[in-house]
Amino acid sequence: MFLNQFLLLAAVLFCIGVYGVLVRKNGVLVLMSIELILNAVNINLVAFSAFNQNIDGQVFALFIIAVAAAEVGVGLAIVLLIYRNRRSIDVAEANLLKG
Amino acid sequence: MFAAEEVSWLFRNVWLIPALPALSFVLILFFGKRLPFKGAEIGIASVVVAFSLAVLTTFAWIGNIQSAESHSEEAIFLEGPDGEQTPIVLTAEEAGEARGAPIITEVEWFSIGPDANKVILGTEGNSDAGHDEDGHSDDEDEDGHSDDEDAGHDDDEEEGAGFGGDDNVVDVAFAEDGGTVAEAHGDRFSISIGTLVDGQSVMMLFVVTFISLLVHVYSTDYVKGDRRFTHYFAFLSLFTSAMLFMVLSTSTMQLIVGWELVGVCSFALIGHWWEEKANSDAALKAFLTNRVGDIGLLIGMSILYFAAGRTFSIPRINELAVNGTIPKGTLTIAAVCLMAAVMSKSGQFILHTWLPDAMAGPTPVSALIHAATMVVAGVYMIGRLYPVFFIGFGIAGSSINLMAFIGGLTTVGGGALAFVQKDIKKVLAYSTVSQLGYMVLALGMGAYTAGMFHLFTHAFFKACLFLGAGSVSHACHHSFDMKADMGGLRKYMPKTFWTFMIGSGALAGIPPLAGFWSKDEILVGAGVWPNTGGNGTYYLPFVFGMITAAMTAAYMARTIWLTFFGEYRGHDEPHESGARITTPLIILAGMAVVVGFLNMPSGFVKFFGAPEGLAHRFEDWVEPAGVSTFVTSDNGFTHAKPSLSLAIVATLLALTAGGAVVAYYRALYAKDSKATEYTDGVMSRIPGLRAGHKFLEEKYYLDHLYTGAIAGGTKGPLARATDWFNQNVLDGIVNGVGKLSVGLGNFIYNIIDQKAIDGVVNGSGNSASGAGQFLRGMQTGQVRQYATLMFGATAVVAAIFIFAV
Repeated sequence: MFLNQFLLLAAVLFCIGVYGVLVRKNGVLVLMSIELILNAVNINLVAFSAFNQNIDGQVFALFIIAVAAAEVGVGLAIVLLIYRNRRSIDVAEANLLKG
Repeated sequence: MFAAEEVSWLFRNVWLIPALPALSFVLILFFGKRLPFKGAEIGIASVVVAFSLAVLTTFAWIGNIQSAESHSEEAIFLEGPDGEQTPIVLTAEEAGEARGAPIITEVEWFSIGPDANKVILGTEGNSDAGHDEDGHSDDEDEDGHSDDEDAGHDDDEEEGAGFGGDDNVVDVAFAEDGGTVAEAHGDRFSISIGTLVDGQSVMMLFVVTFISLLVHVYSTDYVKGDRRFTHYFAFLSLFTSAMLFMVLSTSTMQLIVGWELVGVCSFALIGHWWEEKANSDAALKAFLTNRVGDIGLLIGMSILYFAAGRTFSIPRINELAVNGTIPKGTLTIAAVCLMAAVMSKSGQFILHTWLPDAMAGPTPVSALIHAATMVVAGVYMIGRLYPVFFIGFGIAGSSINLMAFIGGLTTVGGGALAFVQKDIKKVLAYSTVSQLGYMVLALGMGAYTAGMFHLFTHAFFKACLFLGAGSVSHACHHSFDMKADMGGLRKYMPKTFWTFMIGSGALAGIPPLAGFWSKDEILVGAGVWPNTGGNGTYYLPFVFGMITAAMTAAYMARTIWLTFFGEYRGHDEPHESGARITTPLIILAGMAVVVGFLNMPSGFVKFFGAPEGLAHRFEDWVEPAGVSTFVTSDNGFTHAKPSLSLAIVATLLALTAGGAVVAYYRALYAKDSKATEYTDGVMSRIPGLRAGHKFLEEKYYLDHLYTGAIAGGTKGPLARATDWFNQNVLDGIVNGVGKLSVGLGNFIYNIIDQKAIDGVVNGSGNSASGAGQFLRGMQTGQVRQYATLMFGATAVVAAIFIFAV
């Protein structure tokens, strides 16, 4: 089978996503990187679903897509409010909780 | 006279007599002020009831003895163990032995030690404890438990003779093998309270309630309008109750309690008008002087307690004293200690000094103190424990002993002091001292009956004299000074005058008044006069007695002449007192005339052809018999035989002395009807007599000795020693403790508080703060850093799962 290729793709996408979350300062880009991570997971789920001839994985993937949409809604709203307050969406500057 | 049940009820419930005045005391204190007569009515009512009961008891007692004497052949019934009634015929001899046996009713007062029920008791039916165990209420005595009693017990059966066969009534609590409650309980220390009815206590019940009743009535007029009227009556009740309680004692412990109660009441009543310092001083003096004797009382009673095998029971102590179980030496020591108590309570030399000062109290109280309560307590105590004194002092066959000597000294010394008093009450007070000396003298010579009889007769005529003096002072605007404010009162107050005359006549021993009979009997008891017998040959006491007989007549004549004859020397017009004052006087004067006939010698009765049964009634009724077996035993006292010649000599002596004084005053009044003494008499001419007079006026300097030498002599050094002790020892201790505390406080503050406790508190704070500072560094606020940590941690956990599991 060609499961390896899908897993490899998902791993690459996951790593890119993690890198994006940790490195980028732009809030929108951080959200997009999170999307990458989620979709890496989705690929994994669908790949295993097809490989195992089991529909459960695909159902999970659909749920994740829906949840991700909601999450992006909330995340963008937060980013928007940060922007309104500080005229910047640099997450490095949003450090009001610094001890 | 009475049915057996009534008699038994009376004897068992004789406790009501002291209980009623005690109840009245409480009621008067709580409700007296709100009542129309301010509490006097409660007091009088309670004493009336108590007096009625006392009279009934007296008659029951007399009937008890009479029936024992006359119905000795009568068949009596004894209830056997099976409830069967057995007729028993007693011979005259057996019945005679039972005569006058005390009737004892006891309940346990309190006890210390193991529970009674757990201790093995004595033989069933013989001991009191056996009955107590049956679960009966405290108020119940042994009555009704005759089923338990051993029918073969001779003593018990004889007891019954006196009551026409009702042997249930009596329990010989101290028969041979019947121990006291305390003994039966083993280690248990138990004190019982109860009533002992015998001739002596019945006599006192009658006297105390009688005098108390008259004093109550008299007081309603005498202290009328007093600011502490209610308080006065409350204490009068308590005084009566305390004396009755003491009189009925079955145990020495009860006697001591009653004794002290009487002392407290006398303190309260002598100091009734305590606003004047002299009065409160007199009350304190009475109380403190009595404390001196009380030490002797406590020591003496303790000795008897241990000597008699740990029992407080008076009949038991007497019994053991008589049968020789207690050694004579022990009895002597105990008797000497008890003698100290008698000296303080009954005003014997040298502790008599409080008694004249006690005149500071209201006059009716003086009458009560001197006639019925308080001072006779000492004489009564001698009578109660007479075997102890009789054997302890070796009265039989002797010619002098401590008791007779003190009594003799007191009777002469007190009588001499009565000559130099201006205050009519003080004359009477010293005459009481003298007469109490007479009683002690009689008891000291073994003339028990004579002493008790004199106590009995003295109560009536001395109460009469005191109340008469009160009446006189009432008329003379509350003065007691015979020389300044009296004289010639005969015309103004005839009732008081005549009753006072009768009282004085009785006191002086003029026949046929009461004092004559008792005094004559005492003189006979000395055993000195030819053919009188007696217990010994008491020459010195006899001489003392004769001197006193003469002196008494003389000083009473002086008092009467100064008070009632000559010209009135006071201001305003004197007046006769009201009916509430004169009625008691008349009653008492009547008693002073008749009570002497209670104990006529049989020779006298025969001479006048009166029935033989009238002779020496008092002796038969009052003398101890039965349980104490004192009269009948070998070492008991004997009766002296009356002597007509002695009676005539003593009477002539008294009349001569009295007549000399009367002649003196008649001559004085003939010269100047307002004079009280010759201005150029022998006193002022002969220095020796003047010194003697001064010596008497200063009361033998005893007060100076006590307050000046003894109190003053100990006061100064004692104060200095106390001051030194205070400054050096006590202050040293206090300062040392203070310094120690300061040092300790500093140490605790500096070391423990500042270092240890603060260190812990600060350390915990600092450590919390340090931990916060450390954790604070991690809280950067950078989302990406948090994410990094999260991913890193997740990666680590994942790695653990993959590689380690």
